[in-house]
Amino acid sequence: MQKRIKVGILGPGNIGTDLMYKVLRSPLLEMSVMIGIDPTSEGLNRARKEGVVASDQGIDFLVQNPDLAEIVIDATTARAHSEVNAPLLKKLGKIAIDLTPAAVGKMATPMVNMKDCLNEENVNLITCGGQATTPIVYAINQAVPVEYAEVITTVASDSAGPGTRNNIDEYTRTTANALMKLAGVGRAKVMTIFNPAIPQMPMRNTIFCIPKTSDFRIEAVIQAVQEMARKIQEYVPGYQLTVAPVIDRGIITTTVTIEGAGDFLPKYSGNLDIETASAVKMAEMFAEKLLKERGEVA
Amino acid sequence: MRRVRIIDTTLRDGSHAMHHQYTPEHVFNICSGLEKAGVYAVEVGHGAGAGGSVLQFGLAKHSDRELLTAAARALSRSKLAVLLVPGLGTMEDLKLAYECGARMVRVAVHCTEVDVGAQHIRLGKELGMEVAAFFMMSHMTTPEALAAQAKMAQGYGADMIYIADSSGAQTPHDMEARVRAVQKEVPNLPIGVHCHNNLGLGVANPLAAVDAGAELIDGALEGWGAGCGNTSTQVVAAVLHKMGIDTGTDWYELVETGERYVRPLINRSLEVTNEALILGYTGIYSSFYLRVLEAAEQYGVSPKLIFEGLGRRKVVGGQEDVILDVALELQRQKEAAVS
Repeated sequence: MQKRIKVGILGPGNIGTDLMYKVLRSPLLEMSVMIGIDPTSEGLNRARKEGVVASDQGIDFLVQNPDLAEIVIDATTARAHSEVNAPLLKKLGKIAIDLTPAAVGKMATPMVNMKDCLNEENVNLITCGGQATTPIVYAINQAVPVEYAEVITTVASDSAGPGTRNNIDEYTRTTANALMKLAGVGRAKVMTIFNPAIPQMPMRNTIFCIPKTSDFRIEAVIQAVQEMARKIQEYVPGYQLTVAPVIDRGIITTTVTIEGAGDFLPKYSGNLDIETASAVKMAEMFAEKLLKERGEVA
Repeated sequence: MRRVRIIDTTLRDGSHAMHHQYTPEHVFNICSGLEKAGVYAVEVGHGAGAGGSVLQFGLAKHSDRELLTAAARALSRSKLAVLLVPGLGTMEDLKLAYECGARMVRVAVHCTEVDVGAQHIRLGKELGMEVAAFFMMSHMTTPEALAAQAKMAQGYGADMIYIADSSGAQTPHDMEARVRAVQKEVPNLPIGVHCHNNLGLGVANPLAAVDAGAELIDGALEGWGAGCGNTSTQVVAAVLHKMGIDTGTDWYELVETGERYVRPLINRSLEVTNEALILGYTGIYSSFYLRVLEAAEQYGVSPKLIFEGLGRRKVVGGQEDVILDVALELQRQKEAAVS
């Protein structure tokens, strides 16, 4: 039987609960412990119902039971991660996958740079827009060098928590930064729109790229983007290429729409699903590496 | 004598109609005329506000800094204002505008999303600016829900509440209901309205708002602006004057400025076209107007069907990227029908 790597989740809120159901499905991960600070937490109850160890003692519980997890996914807050969790996890020698905007570790996305991050002890998920669009800009940039990338993200108002809404500039800056650093483009600009329509719309990202040269075939760009979309679909089934790259007046336009898997979070919140699905994918990549090193991969 | 202040937005909303090609010279000349005429404030910049020069809306010919600096040279009595749309414009953009001389900021949010602008409203106040919470697409929410948002804006420190009919979708009754509801919730803050002429109500709506208690009105010289234009500054100033309401402006100076500096820039009719009427009726953001007409021509599809497709998708301000999807979809349907 395939050995699995033990995973703990910090923060049993909506995101943490969605993460748990995804980890429970993974062939490489064992959903080992769910940790919160509120004894009345619905997420902790759900974990117990699934037969998962659950504690309301906070990260101290992990300090006292360090064998419960090798990989810890943090879905708390930026402050909790940078001030408490990240230093403690480092001390315990755990791999940290950080969904908060704390940006303690290296920015990572499974299909762009995760292979270079497997020796890191702490990686962070950038932002939902960053997870959704960095791979596409990266793929386009492989087909034709991109001078400027612009991303317009529209999400359902109901899917955007206060963390994003009250810190929209920080979100914008982090996402643009990821486009430059991970996708390798010279300049980037990000715009975010919240649409309150009911029924709620899935996450939508339009990506404009200005290539450095006109000497390229749009077919090659389309192929690169389609290939990338297929790879992402393996861990985010609701990732759809709505407008395959079209070129008009020298600008390449691509639109991707993301519907969530509906594990716990509502389906329209594809922006959250791509975060939780990417975090679990990253945990699996770490797990695969650890299992291989131990000669335990089937 | 009752007072109503006028904010002129020829150099911001009008920028949409100009494909954002205003030059520092245009800005200086128009600001000089507006200063002389005595408007309360002049809003300058890209149509989508500070930091708005992006591919989604069209790149500006000149930077915020160039345009605002030219405006600041011409203004002393009238305030220099900028629009800032959180999610697009950042706090850095606002600081730059302040550096260039802007002393008023209108933080523009979709009518249900004011918390996204809390940081920017606070920053405006920290910088010592006059701050308006500017509620776009206010036809998409109820008067009561809008009033609750206005109350939140007051909590963040906003000095005034602006009700924007960004689609030109409202009737005088709709306007009146929103002004009254907001007034009831935040009786201490002055209320302004920003209207478009897509239903031919560009002047009637602000008058209804004034009747209900609004104290500020937006206009653009010659009615130049997104969609088939804004409230005409000179018309509304003249009408208010005739009604015995003091706007602090010399309306004839507004007429002269419009004629001398704005009329020559206008390259299309500002009548209520059928397309503008459909845009207003379906409640699509006015800046979509020219982009839809262009896409309809490029993809050989009906602008009416594009507007309807956008209406079904419930797009809000800023979602110009959806125009391409809708146009491509209509083109595919058309090709399928032919073959």
